[in-house]
Amino acid sequence: MSREKGWKEIAPAGVCPKSSVGFMTGDWKTYMPVRDLEKCTLCLTCVMLCPDGAIRWRPELGKIEIDNEFCKGCGICANECPTKAIKMTLEQE
Amino acid sequence: MTKNQVNQHMMALNGDEAIAYAAKQSDVDVVAAYPITPQTIIVEKFSEYVANGEVQTEFICTESEHSAMAACIAASATGARTFTASASAGLALMHEMLFVCSGCRTPVVMAVANRALSAPLNIHGDQSDSMAQRDSGWIQIYVENSQEAYDSILQAFRIAEDTGVLLPIMVGLDGFTLSHSLENVKTLDDEVVKEFVKVRQLPEVLTHEGKMAPFRLDPANPMTMGPVAFPNYYFEFKRQQDEAMHNALDLIQKINDEYSKLTGRSYGNGLIERYQLDDAEVAVVCVGSTSGTLKTIVDELRHEGHKVGLLRLRTFRPLPVEALRSALENVKAIAVMDKSMSFGGNGGAVYHEVRHALYDAKSHPQVINYIYGLGGRDHSPHELRRIYEDLLRLLKTGTVEKHLNYLGLRE
Amino acid sequence: MTSTNQEWKFTTKDIAEKPDLFLSGHRACAGCGPASVLRLIMKATRGPTIVTEATGCMEVVSSIYPYTSWALPWLHTAFETAAANASGIEAALKVMRKKGKVKDEHVDVIALAGDGGTYDIGLQALSGAVERGHDFLFVLYDNEGYMNTGIQRSGGTPKGAATTTTPAGTVIPGKLEAKKPITEIMMAHEMPYVATASAYYWRDLLTKVRKGLEAEGPAFLHVFAPCPRGWRTDPAKTMEYAKLAVESCVFPVWEAVNGKRQLSVPSKLIALAPKKKKTVGEYLKGQGRYRHLFTPQNQKLLDEMQRTTDERWEQLLKKCEPV
Repeated sequence: MSREKGWKEIAPAGVCPKSSVGFMTGDWKTYMPVRDLEKCTLCLTCVMLCPDGAIRWRPELGKIEIDNEFCKGCGICANECPTKAIKMTLEQE
Repeated sequence: MTKNQVNQHMMALNGDEAIAYAAKQSDVDVVAAYPITPQTIIVEKFSEYVANGEVQTEFICTESEHSAMAACIAASATGARTFTASASAGLALMHEMLFVCSGCRTPVVMAVANRALSAPLNIHGDQSDSMAQRDSGWIQIYVENSQEAYDSILQAFRIAEDTGVLLPIMVGLDGFTLSHSLENVKTLDDEVVKEFVKVRQLPEVLTHEGKMAPFRLDPANPMTMGPVAFPNYYFEFKRQQDEAMHNALDLIQKINDEYSKLTGRSYGNGLIERYQLDDAEVAVVCVGSTSGTLKTIVDELRHEGHKVGLLRLRTFRPLPVEALRSALENVKAIAVMDKSMSFGGNGGAVYHEVRHALYDAKSHPQVINYIYGLGGRDHSPHELRRIYEDLLRLLKTGTVEKHLNYLGLRE
Repeated sequence: MTSTNQEWKFTTKDIAEKPDLFLSGHRACAGCGPASVLRLIMKATRGPTIVTEATGCMEVVSSIYPYTSWALPWLHTAFETAAANASGIEAALKVMRKKGKVKDEHVDVIALAGDGGTYDIGLQALSGAVERGHDFLFVLYDNEGYMNTGIQRSGGTPKGAATTTTPAGTVIPGKLEAKKPITEIMMAHEMPYVATASAYYWRDLLTKVRKGLEAEGPAFLHVFAPCPRGWRTDPAKTMEYAKLAVESCVFPVWEAVNGKRQLSVPSKLIALAPKKKKTVGEYLKGQGRYRHLFTPQNQKLLDEMQRTTDERWEQLLKKCEPV
């Protein structure tokens, strides 16, 4: 973790120097989404509704990917999946 | 007029009109304002300029002063040169946003037609409105006459927008006394003003994209302004603001010099104006238009053989501690005038700060306070002369009769 | 004037492939309705855009120095000022563009605010900005309370809801006052575009954001965005409640272009097939903030809520173009 900067080093008016993609919220979760690829129809509802953008459509791979570094384990994706292809499972250490 | 000074035009303008005219000439991009006596002439005059196509300015008639300041901050954050004006209750309503403005480092220029605060309601001139904002992080300059109001608005854009300062600035003029009184004001040509105020420059800051970009809201260079700063960072941002104030001390003097070479008009060193202080034994410290009357009284008393002087404090924020101390430390008795009250504060704001400036002086001048002119109460030269008479008596006896005096109060 | 002949067509994949402008790593609660809404709104931007936001949940979670979740220019000043800021930005861009001080291109200005910044402390600035006709889109993300400061009541909190300043006590059963009809207030301003949307119906939401941006002049979008923390609901069910609110007609979705109102598809379906309309009870059940209503002594409150919901629904149908 980098040292916090002094008043001479930071931009005025609080212009933020870092994007929040550097702040991993993934460790918040207790449950994590697990996808059943057989049931998934790639409707992308989960991708649309995720509050954190932690479930993504990767067009170059033709796949949906879950980013566990940001997923907070809310379960919206599992709840809204029309084919119940996502299950919230207890995260194992 | 020396050969480098420019051609000037004599115009009959009151303080408000002079300010509107200065803003007109300064190529202001956005004005967001709400009318309040005695500033109304500024917004009305400016509206005329807009309606007649004499300025290229977006004039937002906001629905309150709070929104006016918010719109000014946002416009300035977008890179626009921004101007507004207010007074009294309007300035008070903006209070929250004044801190936001200085914290966001948006160099808004504001004219304040100094007026008393309610309650009771009073529309007349005193300085309680802007004195109450002395902690807001705004540079504060107080003018003596309409000429200085015109000159100071032009200087204000240069001071505020300087990348080493980047702080908003308020120019105070006494309500009605200056705002509404017609004066001969020498104005500059449009081209001369354009060259003096220049175009707004933006510093470069590091954004979250990892690159340096001009400090403004620009889709080509996204940046986040006005974030949440937790206890681990807030302090550092405030320190930056104080440093900017410190930089302003030098800059104000520099701009005063530059302007003086251009027009022949200088206001002391820009921070303080010393009038017959060199060998003065007693002196009065004053902010604003009453200084003009006091100068006449000083002349009168000097003629009678008394060694008296006046210090007009022009820049109140940043407080020119060094300049105050060196100007006053050899004066033996000083009366500080306050056109505002700090209830329960055992004296007014200017009094406190002058005493503070003198605390470490080699000598120990006696400093007393005169609260005057509240709610637009007028004082005759006769009444004001009594201050000097009190001081001369104090000089003789060496004992202070009363530290806190209320000039002309009916007991 | 909104151009209806050039409607924005998009596929799910189009949207999914668009990079997020509201970035991951923000500190919103798990299951946050407003966060999902904001992410979607940013997907509907059409070009250069500047966002200004009022103090509130979404502002705080996305801008904790030194991190920012905003991949576009973003300004926050205070609680009341989203619309006032938008006015200043819009005016500055207008004049600077004329003077050649900025690129000669249209920039969309979006003002975002929650309950507080819209219904209550922000109402003055919003009304003023709309009256002045600034070209901007104001989005209200409505989670029916001042959530960021700890779930206090707002003008947008519905009747009967328990909040920390209107707790369900032994004498008073939650908030006694009805939800302020904010969209009716905005309709009364006779503005180019007013619409309501719900977090669940993301397609409808995206279309409306785009329409609001395209409108020439002020546009207002009221988005229903459940808060699992404040409503005491299961975070996984956030979107379910956003759907139930529409299906029970507690929060119908519609849009008004230059004052002409029409129901949007999700509510139109209910109007066409009234049997599909869910009861208010189905919507309220499971929300901790309404738990106290499901007791015998408060049954009449529940009945009243059903009655008023039905009445309002009928009134809305009269105001909309026939389905």
